[in-house]
Amino acid sequence: MNSGLVMYDEEFRAVTGVCEHLCRDANANVVFLVDKNGQLITSSGRAKGELDTTSLASLTAGNVAAMGGLAKLIGEKEFPTQFHEGERESLHMSIVAGRVVLVVVFDARSSLGLVRLRVKKASEEIGRVLEVVAKRQASTGGQSPFAEITDEDIDNLFSE
Amino acid sequence: MSFINYSSREINCKIVYYGPGLCGKTTNLQYVYAKTNPESKGKMISLATETERTLFFDFLPLALGEIRGFKTRFHLYTVPGQVFYDASRKLILKGVDGVVFVADSQEERVDANLESVENLRGNLAEQGYDLDKLPYVIQYNKRDLPSAIPLAELRRDLNPRGVPDFEAVAPAGKGVFETLKAVAKQVLIELKKGG
Repeated sequence: MNSGLVMYDEEFRAVTGVCEHLCRDANANVVFLVDKNGQLITSSGRAKGELDTTSLASLTAGNVAAMGGLAKLIGEKEFPTQFHEGERESLHMSIVAGRVVLVVVFDARSSLGLVRLRVKKASEEIGRVLEVVAKRQASTGGQSPFAEITDEDIDNLFSE
Repeated sequence: MSFINYSSREINCKIVYYGPGLCGKTTNLQYVYAKTNPESKGKMISLATETERTLFFDFLPLALGEIRGFKTRFHLYTVPGQVFYDASRKLILKGVDGVVFVADSQEERVDANLESVENLRGNLAEQGYDLDKLPYVIQYNKRDLPSAIPLAELRRDLNPRGVPDFEAVAPAGKGVFETLKAVAKQVLIELKKGG
């Protein structure tokens, strides 16, 4: 089985900080970071409480996966960025470090140009954090942080 | 591929329900959704055609409880069962932690079941997974139908390895939670091993 993504407090705070900055600097309504398998990593802006971020994350991953499939069919590796324009709000998605998707939701108070510019910088910063995560995971040799869980703990979860 | 967040103390895992068209994958999720407390579930999303056939996937986020202070969340997905949606099925298997194969017990679906298992094995292999090494559970659905073939035959055809398997009547809920618990348990055991 492929080893999953494990994020510690410091790394989580770092990527959340980048998303908060991006939300502010790009005048965006919502910014969220999703792993390519549809798990929400973090979010900022209006996302807190108001939006169904779990559904958003899953649909984002589905969309990116479908576009990736289309890309391969026409001989492209992937479509690293996507932009969807709505009547009031628009959506910008970009793949970061081949592993996560950075999503920005914005309206007329911002612009595609500004979002693109800020996303570029934020992507580099997130990429650096993910590099640290990957290095740490490689150096621990994929050892499970859950090795201490007992069979009993697992059984208890399912006993009613 | 699980996601463990130490900051929010959450474990997220992905389970995929696979099987031939109309075998009851969506029905499994609908039953789980209907019978789960509102605080333990998120919104169920179904990307379906106008005739309610799954077009891309169904999605149901579920919280199962805590292990050593970590909230365990399972994301349940179904694939579209119809043969020609193979490209979509492959995408949904990305990052999977555990698979439920829902078989249709009816005699006329014997070939469709076998074809679907082979398709599952092949699509997993393309993503670098080996079905024999992945948490895997089989559900024999539609046991209440008159054309259902004996359990022993289904087992012989679909479960040579003897993975956990369950008889089910998904619309009535029979076997639905047993199946889910069995696969979730296997996923957590795998996570403990370090994947």
